[in-house]
Amino acid sequence: MPRLLQETLLATTECYPDHTALVVGDVRMSYLEVTHYAYRLAHALHSRGVRRGDRVAIFMDNTWQCASSIFGVLLAGGVFVAINAQTKHDKLAFILRDSDTRVLLSEAHLARVFGSLVEQLPRLQILCIPESKALPAGVENLDEALVNMPTTPPLQSAITLDLAALIYTSGTTGDPKGVMHTHQSLLFVLDSINEYLGFTHDDRLFSALPLNFGYGLFQWLSAVRAGATLVLERSFTYPAQVFKCMNDEAVTSFACVPTVFALMLAHDAKQPLHFPSVRILTNAAAALPVEFISGIHRLFPNASLYKMHGQTECIRCAYLNPDLADSKPESVGHAIPGTELLLLGENGRAVAQGEVGTLYVRGPHLMKGYWNQPEKTADVLVPASLPNEFMLKSGDLFRQDADGDLYFVARSDEIIKSRGEKVSPAEVENAIYRLPAVQEVVVAGIPDPLLGQAVCAFVVVREGEKLSIQQIKHSCSERLENYMIPKHVLLLPELPRTTNGKLSRKLIMEQCEALLAKLE
Amino acid sequence: MKNIIRKYILENLLFTDDETVLQDNESFLDGGIIDSTGVMEIILFIEDTFGIKVNDDEMLPVNLDSVDNLVTFIKRKQLIAA
Repeated sequence: MPRLLQETLLATTECYPDHTALVVGDVRMSYLEVTHYAYRLAHALHSRGVRRGDRVAIFMDNTWQCASSIFGVLLAGGVFVAINAQTKHDKLAFILRDSDTRVLLSEAHLARVFGSLVEQLPRLQILCIPESKALPAGVENLDEALVNMPTTPPLQSAITLDLAALIYTSGTTGDPKGVMHTHQSLLFVLDSINEYLGFTHDDRLFSALPLNFGYGLFQWLSAVRAGATLVLERSFTYPAQVFKCMNDEAVTSFACVPTVFALMLAHDAKQPLHFPSVRILTNAAAALPVEFISGIHRLFPNASLYKMHGQTECIRCAYLNPDLADSKPESVGHAIPGTELLLLGENGRAVAQGEVGTLYVRGPHLMKGYWNQPEKTADVLVPASLPNEFMLKSGDLFRQDADGDLYFVARSDEIIKSRGEKVSPAEVENAIYRLPAVQEVVVAGIPDPLLGQAVCAFVVVREGEKLSIQQIKHSCSERLENYMIPKHVLLLPELPRTTNGKLSRKLIMEQCEALLAKLE
Repeated sequence: MKNIIRKYILENLLFTDDETVLQDNESFLDGGIIDSTGVMEIILFIEDTFGIKVNDDEMLPVNLDSVDNLVTFIKRKQLIAA
């Protein structure tokens, strides 16, 4: 049994050195090649002073280097911090500072984002894939750094309780939080996922989800653990390319989110789509609308549909047996193997069957906490039944049927889910407040047929000041990932308040109902 | 045509009128300018503005991923249109 995440790669490489591990565009890599790259990177990191427990950030698109570097960092004894390639400068700087990252691995086309960090974070070493561009001063060429490194295993000193990853996730207060996962928690959830999905060596997993968040990352980890092949696309931006790749590569598993299912069904209405090779089809990140299910069966006639639920703090917590996909179309099922889910009321007691309760998660897959945030950690990792054992208080309200299968009701906080991504209203509000002409802003999610929820900003401009909707969106585009930029901006003379004088999203939504109904 | 496309991208995807932030040969993906919903907006815009029809199997980077690619693609589509 592997004790460290990188041992899954080494074990698979020993069994199937020549089997294709990764297909990314025109690049095909065997397991041996991935391992060699990861060994070289580990040695290069060691020679730059990276030691056990040091954070190494990977700020890359979905490339073969990104996938391989995850294992390179682990083999160096480091903790990988994978950062979404859409991240803008200020947030990138925040994450690197917050995590006290020692080395940043990136790509030349992202120099527009990380370029100025050379001066702002002098302790940070930046290694960059050159592509065809010249690198900024102070940035080292990653390819040249690797070329003379040995392809021998580096010395390992980490143990299973050590941190393997910091995964940054949006929080209600605005700044992202680093979710600490150990080798043990990630290995546990990996084996649980691979057990219920039943991946084998012959599978060809397809993913266009970013490797920096749990659902995308685990497509790669699941493939490696099973000795399967991951076919990785950069994004769903150019659908024709994605659909062609899925069929050309005869993929057997497809990781999807509701927004992409919606896109696929819209395409299918014009030009029929058909993916007969897929046998495992998964949905996560947001609830799957029931009306999609019959269309999905038509597009994927040979696939079992797994509806799943999770969050970064435990990666995955529930899945629905695919045999029940049609009879319980609104359920996300029960706990993943080896774990337990509880629905508790405000008094901490289990709610009666059919009643709404907060979801709590028990199991070895829980995070160790939020990096450097003991108070926020204590809010969500709460004492469980055994001494010194914690369970995770999720932000989600559920109810349960007589079989114990779970039905999502609502989130208990104000986090918006747009395209399956978490959007913190406070983070968007902070970006808009950067404009001095803004007197007040409230951001909320409104229902949207494609996105699930669309981000909507209600803005009051200071008297005598002028501000256009475009200027507001521009301020957001400079600071936020694209999916966080408000789709709708409403300029209002004032915002309604509660009798206590507080701003209330609920009141605003009620007052703007007519305006919102007119939006596309 | 190029200027109309540039103006659209600047106003609707970059939310600015600063011409210097957009290079004609710059990949929209590399530049972080679009994602899956952005590309749909571009397609609707060029269909409406230039009277062409973008087929699903034409939604490829070679046709859509920069100002230059868009210009070449639209000109070709206009030439072969009925």
